[in-house]
Amino acid sequence: MSHAEDKGSRRDFLYVATASTGAVALGAAVWPLVDQMNASADVQALASKEVDISNIEVGTQLTVKWLGKPVFFRHRTDEEIEASRNTPLEDLKDPTSQNNTKWESDASDVNRALDEDGKWLVMIGVCTHLGCIPLGGASGDFGGWFCPCHGSHYDTAGRIRKGPAPLNLLVPDAAFLSDTVIKLG
Amino acid sequence: MGGIPHDKYEPKTKPEKWLHSRLPIVGLIYDTIMIPTPKNLNWMWIWGIVLAFTLVVQIVTGIILAMHYTPNVNMAFQSVEHIMRNVNGGWLLRYVHMNGATLFFIAVYLHIFRGLYYGSYKAPREVTWIIGMLIYLAMMATGFLGYVLPWGQMSFWGATVITGLFGAIPGIGESIQAWLLGGPSVDNATLNRFFSLHYLLPFVIVALVALHIWAFHTTGNSNPTGVEVRRGSKAEAEKDTLPFWPYFVIKDLYALVVVLVVFAAVVGFMPNFFGEPDNYIMADPLKTPAEIVPQWYYLPFYAILRAFTDDVWAVQFASFISGGIIDAKFFGVVAMFGSIFVMALVPWLDTSKVRSGRFRPAFRFFFWILAFDFMFLMWLGARPAYEPYSTFALIGSTYWFAYFLIILPLLGVFERPQTPPDTIEADFDSHYPPKPAE
Repeated sequence: MSHAEDKGSRRDFLYVATASTGAVALGAAVWPLVDQMNASADVQALASKEVDISNIEVGTQLTVKWLGKPVFFRHRTDEEIEASRNTPLEDLKDPTSQNNTKWESDASDVNRALDEDGKWLVMIGVCTHLGCIPLGGASGDFGGWFCPCHGSHYDTAGRIRKGPAPLNLLVPDAAFLSDTVIKLG
Repeated sequence: MGGIPHDKYEPKTKPEKWLHSRLPIVGLIYDTIMIPTPKNLNWMWIWGIVLAFTLVVQIVTGIILAMHYTPNVNMAFQSVEHIMRNVNGGWLLRYVHMNGATLFFIAVYLHIFRGLYYGSYKAPREVTWIIGMLIYLAMMATGFLGYVLPWGQMSFWGATVITGLFGAIPGIGESIQAWLLGGPSVDNATLNRFFSLHYLLPFVIVALVALHIWAFHTTGNSNPTGVEVRRGSKAEAEKDTLPFWPYFVIKDLYALVVVLVVFAAVVGFMPNFFGEPDNYIMADPLKTPAEIVPQWYYLPFYAILRAFTDDVWAVQFASFISGGIIDAKFFGVVAMFGSIFVMALVPWLDTSKVRSGRFRPAFRFFFWILAFDFMFLMWLGARPAYEPYSTFALIGSTYWFAYFLIILPLLGVFERPQTPPDTIEADFDSHYPPKPAE
């Protein structure tokens, strides 16, 4: 190796080293400017919430605000449970349960309802299309929920059946603390 | 500035010379307003001035509104009502700002379609066109951010739906959406940053407008014949042009006055015509309005967004070849942004040698269908998302893409255009024959 080449590569090394250091410093300086837009500590503090369901009549729904989103507590009628349980899985657009407590399970009614009898259905009330709130009260073509924004129809187990939404309504972490209290999160 | 030969600013007095050798700003202003302008420009060439004026109005009224507005979820709605009821003349300032957005978009759409008809986008004005498209995108973003600020029902749910578009990006979408919102849903953090950005973007637009003007002052204005100004000598150029000051300033001011008479009538007599009554209900995160309708100026693109559902073969095909990563939701988002992207690419998609639509009969036919298609999509965007509207929207969206991606490239090859006049002077004289010399 000649002396000149040796000198050149030394200079190249300095260029690369300076540029790399500069890039790292720039990245470190920019990151706080980007990260400040992420959820702040108070927003992040994941509150769990206890909900009293003793006053929800059969065939009605309670909507609770949790983490800035509505959560539906539906006390289903026998007809609704039956309609959902008699739906063949092939008819479903989204074949997964979308249940946060039952990963990778199929979208059968048992996997979506909170209790074994299927009386209680707890779901995040946000349309999986573009985030509107579907209307309850046995609405839509399948007697469940209907999203007025772009016309998504959900059945009595909150499963997407028709319209642009890609997924079933999400089922959050929820469990019975007693017969009348459900804990979210 | 400018490739067209014309008189340049020459400092004459001593103070002028002193300043000019240190900062040639007077010369810059002089050369800008004295630019030789094709003398055959018609009334469709007034919208640039209307847009510049509207931008100033929006910035002035906006800065004043910001003095009385509070970007907080508990106070935003009341602070807007405070502006409407308590602030001296506040109702006027807010209605001007609100309807100023509508004027802005009416003018920009006429300005864009003027460019599409007369081929203003063609070489050498591609950069002017691209910057114009960037201004248009920045306007859309500013308008959206501003519509969220009053914190009414449409503000809230519009923000939810539009930020949901980013959530449709496969894989990283949800984290991007949470980053934009500053939490799991639209809330105080969202409102605060939207206010900050709504204040910022107009100044970005001002900078882009300066570049836009710089670009077309370098190439010279386009004109209805599409024939370039002769640049052989100053005497030759002067046969095709007149200086912007005073000739076109007077013409543009006249047009501006006419536009402002209509604007004042709207602000005075029907200020809420372009708004949604639901936005006078305070935002409620637990209740979606029966129908979420965006502002009118987004409707054509909103219709394209909704047109691509699961049952469209193009969506099924995209889903199949991507192994399910591209779903109908993401496809719609790509189509919406793509519809503006193809418009930005039009300088390279239009293969015709003849610039102006005035001499292209077949082009004119397809252009007017496009103009109709735009209005049709606008109408469909405000209709509910079921049949027959869904099919109509699909047809309308398809034509939009076909015009830019298929019709324009092929027309240049197959169309037999008429012959444009040799010079702008010839065109002008055929409309206004010179009086015989006395």
